[in-house]
Amino acid sequence: MKIHEYQAKQLMQARGIAVPVGRMATTVDEAVAAVGPVIEEGGHPVVVVKSQIHAGGRGKGRFLEHGDVAGVNVVTDGVKGGVAAAEARVRELAGQMLGSTLATVQTGPEGKQVNRLYIEQGIDIARELYVSVVLDRVSGRNVVMASTEGGMEIEEVAAHTPEKILRETVDPALSLADFQARRLAYGLGLQGDAFVNGVGFLKALAAAADALDTDLLEVNPLVVTKQGAVMALDGKMSFDNNALFRHPEVVAMRDLSEENDAEVEAGKYGLSFIKLEGSVGCLVNGAGLAMATMDTIKQVGGEPANFLDVGGGATEENVSAAFTIITRDPNVKGIFVNIFGGIMKCDTIANGVVAAVKQVGLKVPLVVRLEGTNVDLGKTILSESELNLIAADDMKDGAKKIVELAR
Amino acid sequence: MSILVDENTRVLVQGLGSAGRFHTDKAIAYGTRMVAAVHPKRGGESERFEGDTDHSGVPGRADRYALDLPIFRTVREAVDATGANASVIFVPPAGAGDAILEAADAGLELVVAITEGIPIMDMVKVKRVLQGSATRLVGPNCPGVITPHACKIGIMPGYIHQGGRIGVVSRSGTLTYEAVKQLTDNGLGQTSAVGIGGDPVNGTNFVDVLELYNRDPATEGVIMIGEIGGSAEEEAAAWIKANMRKPVAAFIAGTTAPPGKRMGHAGAIISGGRGTAKDKITALRGAGVVVAQTPSDMGSVMLEAMAKAGKA
Repeated sequence: MKIHEYQAKQLMQARGIAVPVGRMATTVDEAVAAVGPVIEEGGHPVVVVKSQIHAGGRGKGRFLEHGDVAGVNVVTDGVKGGVAAAEARVRELAGQMLGSTLATVQTGPEGKQVNRLYIEQGIDIARELYVSVVLDRVSGRNVVMASTEGGMEIEEVAAHTPEKILRETVDPALSLADFQARRLAYGLGLQGDAFVNGVGFLKALAAAADALDTDLLEVNPLVVTKQGAVMALDGKMSFDNNALFRHPEVVAMRDLSEENDAEVEAGKYGLSFIKLEGSVGCLVNGAGLAMATMDTIKQVGGEPANFLDVGGGATEENVSAAFTIITRDPNVKGIFVNIFGGIMKCDTIANGVVAAVKQVGLKVPLVVRLEGTNVDLGKTILSESELNLIAADDMKDGAKKIVELAR
Repeated sequence: MSILVDENTRVLVQGLGSAGRFHTDKAIAYGTRMVAAVHPKRGGESERFEGDTDHSGVPGRADRYALDLPIFRTVREAVDATGANASVIFVPPAGAGDAILEAADAGLELVVAITEGIPIMDMVKVKRVLQGSATRLVGPNCPGVITPHACKIGIMPGYIHQGGRIGVVSRSGTLTYEAVKQLTDNGLGQTSAVGIGGDPVNGTNFVDVLELYNRDPATEGVIMIGEIGGSAEEEAAAWIKANMRKPVAAFIAGTTAPPGKRMGHAGAIISGGRGTAKDKITALRGAGVVVAQTPSDMGSVMLEAMAKAGKA
């Protein structure tokens, strides 16, 4: 699960991680009302108006409706004109940004609608750095990564100047040790107050990643101010969905408007679903088999419309819901049901498919491959249902048949 | 011969909810020596299992079975009373990490964690504690371990297995079943099948299982089934190149998976351009592994790999 920048900063601040002063706004009036307090609390006449969407590249992104407006805007009008001038400019910007569509390298050309803005204090930046906490799957531990190349994508840095990436592996029994935080701070070239603040920042960040069960906690850029403060100028957090049960405060931050409707609905039924661009809908049990089904469809010349794993413990209702979600996609020109019943019984799948077709109808070709537990019972249910479906011998055979029919 | 489990493995189960009970019953039907259950609130009770024997499992048994499985409060009590040396865990996600630690603390040689959805940080801590311990953890989020006709620990359907010559190791449950069935159908059969699970932090990896199969005299070839995410397949490829004396075939799922999306399994994600199927396939081919184009070809590429090694 992902959250917005302003939410990430709330969570960071609550854990002793320094962030700039800011206020979230969903309307133009709220945005304007935020300006005075942000300038006063921040002690700086400059404010920044930042689009809040679940995608990066906002600073370089532009609005489809207003080609000259960026996703992040620095408002300097307050320097000469005071709060009133800053408010006037924010009113203008917020009016253009809210409800408009921001396209960045990560959203693709279609962009994403901006419904929330974050009004933040301007910072006198001396240096821009990078720091993140991610899982290192090889050691099975979190690793703190830091780099002097603030503002750059870490993948870029890793590809071109890997020597600039500093790493410290976090022992889960200790969190980031003092000496490790110091080593990172030395590597980042921090001195004086910035060194002391940086060590504290890094330790708090590593501890927050553990305490909040993040699977990514990224601060890019991490800034050092001219006064020697170290703070998170941006903040990106995503969470281990399996740990959300112990973080109700995080669950409350979920913004469903940022997620795909079909994926959200599938989640309610315990289905793992990912929307793709092709024309062959897939209904499969097991994550590996679901991926392999997509691969096989591609292999025989088709394009999958989705990834869908109904899971091992699915009921008829779950299967029926899965089928309904797939058929709702107008791109779908054919459906491939591919089941290897282990725990999942083939008759459960068959009953679910029959029930769904009765409910929503079947307007596209359907190929079904059943194998495993209760396979004969499943096949009997399908043939007695008199559904207009094609049976397949194995996965490849089924993929060929559905790709042919979905053309 | 086989790896990890055989007819002498004495298994206790942690977690007797609907899944735990269902699969304990299937294991007993298969002939697995289930000796105890652990439940903190039901110590001193027992759980009755009876039904029709699964004759695809351990041979030479009566057509019906009936067993009162004793329940203990702690794993240590269960081990002391029954001599169990392996555990299978069905405890729900929030308590599963603790269940693994309890099993390791009791000194069990093998712990198979079936539970899906354990928080990653819990597994990070569990893995830290298990370092240097004598306990081998398989999983979590896996179908388990089976040695055909001897011992079934987990949730795989028993009847698709057939004793034979090939070791199976996989990150995916259903793809393991696909491979197993094809190996049964083409006559190669299996020595053992190990699901290492779909989570990003797990107890046993490809290299660990490859090492065991390499040493097992009955195993003549190995099929490994990987998927996108992480670098376990690349590490396996490097290990195979340096050490493996037996033919290896493989399938890697997720060639068409979009980057940045978690494909069902917590560990199946391409992040920052790393962990792609293409990289894994290239690494495995570079180590002399025959890689199947589709899962339907797993059985035939295993035959091909065996033929290449003169073992057809």
